[in-house]
Amino acid sequence: MAALELDRVSKIYGSRGQHGLRAVDAVSMAIKDGEIIGLLGSSGCGKTSTLRMIAGFESVTEGEIRLGGKVVNQLPPARRNVAMAFEGYALYPPLTVRDNIAFSLLRDKRSKAEVETKVQEIAELLAITDLLGRYPPTISGGQAQRTSLARALVRQADLYLLDEPMSQLEPQLRAILRARIKDFLIQRRMTTVFVTHDQTEALALADRIAVMEAGVLQQFATPQALKDRPANLFVASFIGEPPMNIFAARIAREGGSLRLTALTEDGADAFSLSLPGAETGGQLATTLGGRSTVRLGIRPHLVEVGASGELAGTVISNQWLGDQTHIGVELGGATLIAVADGALAAPVQSAVRLALPIEALHLFDADTGVALMHGLEVATPGVQAA
Amino acid sequence: MTEATLWSRLLRPVLLTLVALFFLFPIFWVFLMSFQTNEQILRIPPSLFFSPTLDNYWGLVSGKLVTAAGTLELPFMRNLWNSVVLSTGAVLLSLLLGVPAAYAFARFKFRLGEDIAFTLLSFRFAPPLLVLLPLNLYFQTLGLNDTYIGLIWVYQLITLPLILWIVRGYFEDISPDVEHAYRVDGHGWLKTFLKISIPLARPGIAAAALLSFIFAWNNFVFALILGSSSIQPVTVGALAFVTASGIQYGQIAAAVVLSILPTLTLALYAQRYLVEGLSLGAVKG
Repeated sequence: MAALELDRVSKIYGSRGQHGLRAVDAVSMAIKDGEIIGLLGSSGCGKTSTLRMIAGFESVTEGEIRLGGKVVNQLPPARRNVAMAFEGYALYPPLTVRDNIAFSLLRDKRSKAEVETKVQEIAELLAITDLLGRYPPTISGGQAQRTSLARALVRQADLYLLDEPMSQLEPQLRAILRARIKDFLIQRRMTTVFVTHDQTEALALADRIAVMEAGVLQQFATPQALKDRPANLFVASFIGEPPMNIFAARIAREGGSLRLTALTEDGADAFSLSLPGAETGGQLATTLGGRSTVRLGIRPHLVEVGASGELAGTVISNQWLGDQTHIGVELGGATLIAVADGALAAPVQSAVRLALPIEALHLFDADTGVALMHGLEVATPGVQAA
Repeated sequence: MTEATLWSRLLRPVLLTLVALFFLFPIFWVFLMSFQTNEQILRIPPSLFFSPTLDNYWGLVSGKLVTAAGTLELPFMRNLWNSVVLSTGAVLLSLLLGVPAAYAFARFKFRLGEDIAFTLLSFRFAPPLLVLLPLNLYFQTLGLNDTYIGLIWVYQLITLPLILWIVRGYFEDISPDVEHAYRVDGHGWLKTFLKISIPLARPGIAAAALLSFIFAWNNFVFALILGSSSIQPVTVGALAFVTASGIQYGQIAAAVVLSILPTLTLALYAQRYLVEGLSLGAVKG
């Protein structure tokens, strides 16, 4: 196990200096020994390129990758001592599942009995014991994926790289294995970087998550921090299901307090809130500076639906999802999604009252999308947070 | 009875038999001819019934062609051996050069890569006669005329592009991640190539080798111009059966049967091997 550092790492495809494609743009991350890191982002955001640079299959165009304090940029994959599970499984077709898993162990000249114990252990963890005698072409995608995962986890490496490790598993199995794999990684203090586009997986498995978009690291923080203090509009809208409600908003100063007016898509006034100026003192005003417009984000889970709410709206959709309800509410021409626990008796077209607690509100710069305020807390700039 | 079962039960076997007869009858006829004397072959009308003789084969093996005009020396077994040496040599050399090249073309993007690959393929487009005259002059200067090395070199025009392009396709079908997985396990590039890439592409390499062997075996014009009787293969050697006292049909037939044998056995052997290779499911993990 070892710590991993990425220092302003870039990957440019095509010729350098010319109009190459910048797939990864100056990504910096410091990953502690034994930490589990999720690289999260949509397709083509550069997360797999980052992973492959760490493994050594892609050259690093700019920057440095350090593994255990040593620069590995020029080291071939074979000498980095990393284990990797590939998105396309990449099993050796002529070998059985057992031999695929045992392959690297046998090379290390371990005793047959020890290898067999290790293979059994990992096979039980990933529920593939009954497949050990089969050949890769005869097993399903999900089974092949677990085999490939087993082949990586069984190794004794400094760093484990998992590319979409659970994308092919059915939801129930995925939930079970996620928990088992997390325990396994924590017990052995295995430094792990995994790539996923599934935020549930990232939130559940990772100690910290790196959210990437267009090759740029947007935020690198704990799952809690990503939810409570998103660094910018992209992270705010990417993390969370259903996504954060985002509105353009206008700020007006009324004596000691601030009045925030959310706008519809056409720019008309939708609804307004007054922010308590007294409680925050001048801090809120200082942070907002001379801005007259901002972007307002509201977490659906924190919207309070009930009779005591100060805002009045009309229900336009109501989705009962089994243990929570997503309701769409029209507020003066803008649509807001709210989440209520349990079933909510709010038929479409009925009137509903909402309250927006101050903790539910996030303010972002209207132009750059950088976070300004999370509730009453001033946002700290930068993508890295402990 | 449905149409499908009628089709598969009756019509298909009948049609398959017709096709097989059409293609195999000439070979069957040649096979029969190889056991007949010239007189029996040339009688009118031809007949399927005759008393078989092994004289034709004996003549070939002993190297003596007995004709009405006398006995001729005939280096047929030597020709057969030449064919084996030339074809095997050419295919082996092509494998040695072509397989790594095919891997490079499949895996790496480099400057002029596509152009080089296409140029190699274009060797197949040029009519052999076009290059033969200049080649002949060069070979005489270089002293390569009438040598195995010279002919094997020229045979690369036939075998190398074939192997390169077929094997390249197989390499492209293998997921590079299988190689990556092996390299991450702590193996170098060369070992990955030898232990993972080549075994996975083996069915393709076998098919390409077999095909190019047949092409090399059947080649006529290169050996005719660039070699003398000491290194000429069977294709050229067969010309000797056209003698002053007539064409020795029986011996030609026996020679054809003998020269088909090596390629036929190789094909049968490799076919079994190909099926096995493919059923192991190679390519896609």
